[in-house]
Amino acid sequence: MRPVFRWLIAIAVLGGGAGWALSAPEALPEDALDGLTGDPVAGERIFWAGGCASCHAAPESEGEDRLVLSGGQRFPTEFGTFIAPNISPDPEAGIGGWSDRDFVNALRNGVSPDGRHYYPAFPYSSYRLADTQDLVDLHAFMATLPPSDAESRPHAVAFPFSIRRGIGLWKRLFLRDGYTVAGDLTGDAAHGRYLAEALAHCGECHTARGALGELDRRVWLAGAPDPVGDGRIPNITPGGLDWSDQEVLDYLTDGFEPNFAGSAGGAMAEVVQNLAELPEEDRAAIVAYLRAVPAVTSEQTP
Amino acid sequence: MTFRHIAAALAILVATPTLAPAQEFQGQLGARQGQMRIMALNLGILGGMARGNTEYNAELAMIAAQNIHAVTMINQAVMWPEGSNADAIEGTRALPAIWEDFDGFLGHWSDLGAAAETLVAEAGNGLEPMQGALGGLGQECGSCHDAFRQEQ
Repeated sequence: MRPVFRWLIAIAVLGGGAGWALSAPEALPEDALDGLTGDPVAGERIFWAGGCASCHAAPESEGEDRLVLSGGQRFPTEFGTFIAPNISPDPEAGIGGWSDRDFVNALRNGVSPDGRHYYPAFPYSSYRLADTQDLVDLHAFMATLPPSDAESRPHAVAFPFSIRRGIGLWKRLFLRDGYTVAGDLTGDAAHGRYLAEALAHCGECHTARGALGELDRRVWLAGAPDPVGDGRIPNITPGGLDWSDQEVLDYLTDGFEPNFAGSAGGAMAEVVQNLAELPEEDRAAIVAYLRAVPAVTSEQTP
Repeated sequence: MTFRHIAAALAILVATPTLAPAQEFQGQLGARQGQMRIMALNLGILGGMARGNTEYNAELAMIAAQNIHAVTMINQAVMWPEGSNADAIEGTRALPAIWEDFDGFLGHWSDLGAAAETLVAEAGNGLEPMQGALGGLGQECGSCHDAFRQEQ
């Protein structure tokens, strides 16, 4: 199995001093957040755009319960099963004891307050593109949510992926600071790019992955195998999605496909619930962005 | 290499590149697609109201909800013969996964029935209750399609 061998090679590299240095967790400078104060009202919009509840609410949560971020949902992958942790403001079981710096360091660098790498199932690859002020606002909003004392459970990840230091090399290879759809976009599409690439992390599901679980940005948003079941996650580039702007906007608002021939299900139903909480201009901006993404036909995807 | 990889490799080896025409299953395909279209038409009536494109009308909403509920009462056992999947024949998006987990498939259908009952109970009670019940029904459509319907 290729990913295993590649990971083992990565671990072997770690044996050398250079590998150890390259895999070290990065920390935000002490003064990085000086002068920033979180605004919980502004943070709510970031919360829904970022889709935190989709993964961190308890399994099967509906309605108000989606604001209790007690964790527990399981995410099977070829590297093992990841279990979402408690990120409610409980000081013991959750992240109530975190500083803004801890929080931003987690979302931007994928590093825990005690200096360990998080697995990239947590989409810091996307969140690192978010504005610092937005992340601080998000932290302020999340501090207003109900605490839960549910204990976080360890991921069921087998050797060699269980060696977290290897994630440091993964980050060196695959974390990026620029947008995938680079270049100048017009007003709406530019705002949509920020929402889609930095916050809503559409690419995490809609983009195919390589051998080490990295996103294949050449086929950005062009669809991928569904990790759950036999289906495929659809191609949403202009090469795959032939819906009108209004049809996409309606879908992102209430989940119904054109002509009511179907409806969002599974993870996408959660995404729609989140996006429905945003002002319509944000959803319209995401539609404008999707129109600006390079067209890839489904035949071109792996 | 896991069992899944081997199974996938074998599936590629034995798969034939061209699909058989659907003649043998024309009746079943017509029936199951027809029932989906009845639901889509009636969902369109409710969805139009929910989106504010048409005015809420309690009587019409009830009729649409009852039509959807009536479809969910149809027993699916005779609609899905073995071999009538998208890998074998043209004209269907039904994934082979349906036959690998037929009980799970029927379970989705009965969940849809429960959501349709809620919709019947709420459709005449005003716009907001109808919207809520419609959202619940939509999620049942989607979760079944995710598992069992091929992407276009």
